[in-house]
Amino acid sequence: MSPPTTKQFKALFDPRGVVVAGASTHPGKFGFVSLHNLLASGYEGRVFATNRDGAEILGVQSVAEVSDLPDGQIDLVFVCTPAAANVDLLRQCAAKGITAAFVTSAGYAEAGDEGAAAQAELVAVAEELGILLAGPNGQGVVSTPSSLYAQIVAPNPPPGSIGVASQSGNLVSTFLNLSRHSGVGISRAVSAGNAAAVGIADYLNFYAEDPATSVGLAYVEGVADGRAFFEAAKAVTARLPLVILKGGATAEGARAAASHTGSLASDDRVFGGAMAQAGVVRAANVEEAFEAAATFATQPLPTGNQVVVMTTAGGWGVVAADAIHHSNLELLPLPAGLLAQIDTKLPPRWSRNNPVDLAGGETRDTIPEVMEMIASHPEVNAIVYLGLGIQSNQARMMREGGYFPDHGLDRIVSYHERQDQRFATAAAEISASTGKPILTATELAVADSANPGPAAVRASGRLCYPSANRAVVALGHLWRYARFCQRRS
Amino acid sequence: MQRTLSEAASKAMLAPHGVPFLAETLAPDAAGAVAAANALGYPVVAKLNGEAIAHKTERGLVRLGLETAEQVQQAAVDLLGAARPEDGEVQVLIAPMVRSNREFICGISTDPQFGPTVLVGVGGILAEAIADVSIRLVPISRVDAEDMLDELRAQPLLGPFRGEPEVDRSALVGLLVALSNAVQAEPGIVSIDLNPVLIHNGSPVAVDALVELAEDKQEAKQ
Repeated sequence: MSPPTTKQFKALFDPRGVVVAGASTHPGKFGFVSLHNLLASGYEGRVFATNRDGAEILGVQSVAEVSDLPDGQIDLVFVCTPAAANVDLLRQCAAKGITAAFVTSAGYAEAGDEGAAAQAELVAVAEELGILLAGPNGQGVVSTPSSLYAQIVAPNPPPGSIGVASQSGNLVSTFLNLSRHSGVGISRAVSAGNAAAVGIADYLNFYAEDPATSVGLAYVEGVADGRAFFEAAKAVTARLPLVILKGGATAEGARAAASHTGSLASDDRVFGGAMAQAGVVRAANVEEAFEAAATFATQPLPTGNQVVVMTTAGGWGVVAADAIHHSNLELLPLPAGLLAQIDTKLPPRWSRNNPVDLAGGETRDTIPEVMEMIASHPEVNAIVYLGLGIQSNQARMMREGGYFPDHGLDRIVSYHERQDQRFATAAAEISASTGKPILTATELAVADSANPGPAAVRASGRLCYPSANRAVVALGHLWRYARFCQRRS
Repeated sequence: MQRTLSEAASKAMLAPHGVPFLAETLAPDAAGAVAAANALGYPVVAKLNGEAIAHKTERGLVRLGLETAEQVQQAAVDLLGAARPEDGEVQVLIAPMVRSNREFICGISTDPQFGPTVLVGVGGILAEAIADVSIRLVPISRVDAEDMLDELRAQPLLGPFRGEPEVDRSALVGLLVALSNAVQAEPGIVSIDLNPVLIHNGSPVAVDALVELAEDKQEAKQ
């Protein structure tokens, strides 16, 4: 079977028009929900629907058959019809010039021998007709450049450059939820379903050449041909970073995967070794996977592993130093010149070491100024910045404390909030101007995401990490990939 | 179906690819064993060698630290006497006795989904419990092999250790690449076990080798 062409992938992700086949008038059915989500999310192409009774659904006048639709205006069919109807449906679609099908219908290989036979037939027919067959048994496809949200349960993520491909529709949903919450956006997302014709490697291969995508994020439970997957992953990492979360890595997980996607258990150490060899970043869990991808999407790659931790208070720096010890990164011993520079900005009680603990010695401009000094030093490869949002936290208590806005509280509250916004903006700007990653971490990212500090990090387009530890893990993945690229070039 | 090569034949297959072994001699009988030991110098190790012998240690077919001609004579007689009919043709293998505080396992195995893989791991009697291994797919480059060593958790074992110098990482990298090259060059290899690989004056040396071949050479490629 030949892999899909770029033109077919464009039909899937950037279609001129979409038809929902098997649209339903019942708001509880896939055939309604997918049409609803497609219409509600601002897709700019034309939307059509088929329905047995030709009903009007959400203002769309459906037709009974695809053959009743206009020629040459539709590239993608979103299939919600029963499995038995789909071979005929694909033939009608091909006649209308449709070159991509996303099939949500169940009743295929996941449903026993008969289903497997139906799936084999569907694959053969799609191949014969020149239709890219996504699914079956998939949850949907998202493509933010086209405002296309043809899917069932996942939320609409903001636009961005993470390309998601998943063997589980629900993991797509998870990644898109994390994207919505963090503000770090998605380019394309697809749930591969049974991956009958198009597998995870095929989607990743398209992402590698897709200008809208800067990093791949994949969830896999098993690969049918390990060698082919390895070669595909290697080809992808030659173009862009690739983060993989592997389900079924343990005996217990493998048992669950066998009943979920029918994946065979394999030696996880072999999979892990193959992925490391291919330059893939392998994440240990869901949040690590998303945060690694979000970091690749929004931070420059480090050119080395020498990190400076900059903190407004001691304890945060200490746990960050511990996290760095357990990673592939190193705390840079502060070079004398840099130390002398920082001395000019802080009273003598600052840590005079890395972590750079400002120890409450900062005045109005200290944080951006010291951050700029550190980032500009040639021996520094990355900064982890801790303590953002505490001023705004104090401001929030003042706002809510019953004395506001009297007693001068309005002025100090707005000063605190402006300062945190400034620090977040400075981190993004200094990172951009120096080409070095600067990761901002505070539990307020999740504990109080409305805090002006984390909110300003989101507004800068970057991820605000919920802990120093998670920032360090994400930065470690960036260095892993950067080092891979350096050593292979 | 698979068949194993004898220790001597396994080493003969791997040595030309750069796997480091000790100088050793195959002797058909006790007298030959003594002559070989005298030529090598003492102490020596004596092992029973034969195509069908895969689990020498379990069967007590390894005699370590033989200091004299008399001990070699006795060991050779005992070993030849312990041979079973199913072992086929057997000899006594005489090798220098190497003492080392550090053991590694290196090898090749064939994964059903990923094909031939190279492995390096911490060896010794606790190896399984420690489970400190790194795996890559054949073929590997030197950079891949360096990554494998970096990936081991027991990094202190690669440094200076209990009065022994640090491990020559470059030589260990070379050994792993040699295994990968052997799989590519020699048709039919299903698995290779180098267990143990000892660190002798900082350099890795494989003191045992077991190559397993697919009976039908086509089988290994599938």
